[in-house]
Amino acid sequence: MTKIKSLADLKKMKSDLQSKISLREKSENPEGKVVIRVGMGTSGIASGAKEIMEFLMEETEKRNVDAIVTQTGDMGYSYAEPTVEVKLPDQDPVVFGDVDKKKADNIIEKYIKNGELLDGIIPQNYETIDKK
Amino acid sequence: MLVCGGTGCHASAGELLFENLKKEVQENDLKDEVQVVATGCFGFCEKGPIVKIIPDNTFYVQVKPEDAKELVSEHAIKGRKVKRLLYTDPVKKEQIQDSKHMGFYKKQLRIALRNCGMIDPENIDEYLAADGYEAMGRVLLEMKPEDAIQEVLDAGLRGRGGGGFPTGLKWQIASKNHADQKYVVCNADEGDPGAFMDRSILEGDPHTVLEAMVINGFCINATKGLIYIRAEYPLAIKRLKIAIDQAREYGLLGKDILGSGFDFDVEIRYGAGAFVCGEETALIHSMEGERCEPTFKPPFPAQSGYLGKPTNVNNVETYANIPVIFNKGAKWFASIGTEKSKGTKVFALAGKINNVGLIEVPMGITLREVIFEIGGGIQGGKKFKAVQTGGPSGGCLTDEHLDTPIDFDNLLAVGSMMGSGGMIVMDEDDCMVAVSQFYLEFTVEESCGKCSPCRIGNKRLYELLGKITKGQGTEDDLDNLRNLSDVIKDSSLCGLGQTSPNPVLSTLDNFYEEYLAHVNEQKCFAGQCKELIRYEIIPENCVGCTVCARNCPVNCISGERKQVHTIDQSLCIKCNACMEKCKFNAVTII
Repeated sequence: MTKIKSLADLKKMKSDLQSKISLREKSENPEGKVVIRVGMGTSGIASGAKEIMEFLMEETEKRNVDAIVTQTGDMGYSYAEPTVEVKLPDQDPVVFGDVDKKKADNIIEKYIKNGELLDGIIPQNYETIDKK
Repeated sequence: MLVCGGTGCHASAGELLFENLKKEVQENDLKDEVQVVATGCFGFCEKGPIVKIIPDNTFYVQVKPEDAKELVSEHAIKGRKVKRLLYTDPVKKEQIQDSKHMGFYKKQLRIALRNCGMIDPENIDEYLAADGYEAMGRVLLEMKPEDAIQEVLDAGLRGRGGGGFPTGLKWQIASKNHADQKYVVCNADEGDPGAFMDRSILEGDPHTVLEAMVINGFCINATKGLIYIRAEYPLAIKRLKIAIDQAREYGLLGKDILGSGFDFDVEIRYGAGAFVCGEETALIHSMEGERCEPTFKPPFPAQSGYLGKPTNVNNVETYANIPVIFNKGAKWFASIGTEKSKGTKVFALAGKINNVGLIEVPMGITLREVIFEIGGGIQGGKKFKAVQTGGPSGGCLTDEHLDTPIDFDNLLAVGSMMGSGGMIVMDEDDCMVAVSQFYLEFTVEESCGKCSPCRIGNKRLYELLGKITKGQGTEDDLDNLRNLSDVIKDSSLCGLGQTSPNPVLSTLDNFYEEYLAHVNEQKCFAGQCKELIRYEIIPENCVGCTVCARNCPVNCISGERKQVHTIDQSLCIKCNACMEKCKFNAVTII
């Protein structure tokens, strides 16, 4: 990694990274990639998020689903761990709660492949700050 | 069509509505176009059952099972909104077409948790893409330390660790003390039972804390940062270490950060998990390798702290707010919250509440909104009894406090405190004497032992409470509880002793009847104090199925098949197994 030497460098790097991330999500094929985030805080891991993340990584590859599986911190829904957020290209992200292997399988087969929603979605009930 | 499957909506015929909608979709042959899905709680239980239609985000409230037909035929088939079921804004009196414009989304605002659950905490690039380190860059290169401190002062940020001391003022004092070396310390010794916001921030967004510490260091001219974290947070430690390494590689920590000429680096210090180490002087002694005992202030850490040098200690959540203040401006931050408490607060909801978890709400929201709307109400439809805020230092508040706007000063005024943000909800089955005994047990365990009133007094309080829960207390004991509590509060050195009697005092104030029932009638109406209750079988309800007898661990239930059973009180250990297993409500607590 190279060092960031000035504020201008930092800002340039930010916009590069932002476009790289949006490119990663949209690139290659017109439909773009699916981004799957698994809530990997202590409470998520304690309820089995690690196994779910491994399962999602293996299965998306096996079933030829063009998806990025990544980890993130605690989403705050302790009552519904493990939690998984799926963002289909050009759609609002959807959070699934109480994800076990069966549900993870349904997420791939029903939601990602067919856009069919599943029971047990956690509705977003907070506001985010628009960055600047 | 998203139908709320939360407990509140279920109670108001949401299940039947869900079935009806499915049936309508089926009958109209719309299975391929319309999907009916049950969701988690929307947090809008008061207006339930809720149906949200996506992708147009129409939000229907108080939908009855018989409305299913109209929703499908009008909205799904003809694409016309069913106006009478739309949500009407209570202030503007107009119907809201789209859920994105509904005020209730504003009930939660994520500032400190803005990146938690959004970015990969182990990848600095994701943090950079989310405006990471930009506030730091601008402060280091474009601002003078005194102007940056003024920005924090203007924002009105107060310490989120519990005390609520103005953060800008703390920085200002530390900046004015000159020394060859100064320190910035992040207090990650989160100890309140049930609170885990600091852990979640460190696990979900560790770079935000590092960024804020650099800003803090620049403001007070300190070049060294220390993070004091309990060793029982292994994942948070792992992610912090990764974050520190990545920031060093990018040159965002270390020498001459971003060409500003300012050097700053961070190290981690581990604590063994003692509650008293949350107190800043005790924390500093622990980092120095001394016993973790608080010392008298002054001198304040800002004058003489770690290794005798000026030291500024701030909590994790406080730091998580700092980059946002610089990115969005002090004015923006100060526009959120109440007159004297600005911004938001993260709470850990726990206890008998449906949506256990972390929430972040603007200061000034009421307890009612937090518990019944965001928290989704009480589990199993039971009755709300009390809410304990502020952990072992806080108090228990009742129905009458539900409409109190939450901020530092209001909670103190009603006999509790903000603390670090634990919020434990209790229902009718919780005995308040037992609850205060639980907290005292914690305090007795965690008292460092330096001051006699705290070391001995809390133990005595605990014993008195034990006597009362066993039915051996007298009304004199209740007076003694209060007197002793006042002495401990007045004569302890640090926050631990000064606040430890709060659970006792607040329950004495708000639930005196319950204490009286324990001492005068030897009764525990919540059915929690084992010595004051007994299990009996109601002969009319008992069918003689033998389930209770088979599940009793001490074999104290006897009775023939299809005959009424009896419990031998001399053997019963009051484990509750019979009551849990009985399908006929034939076991009762007297």
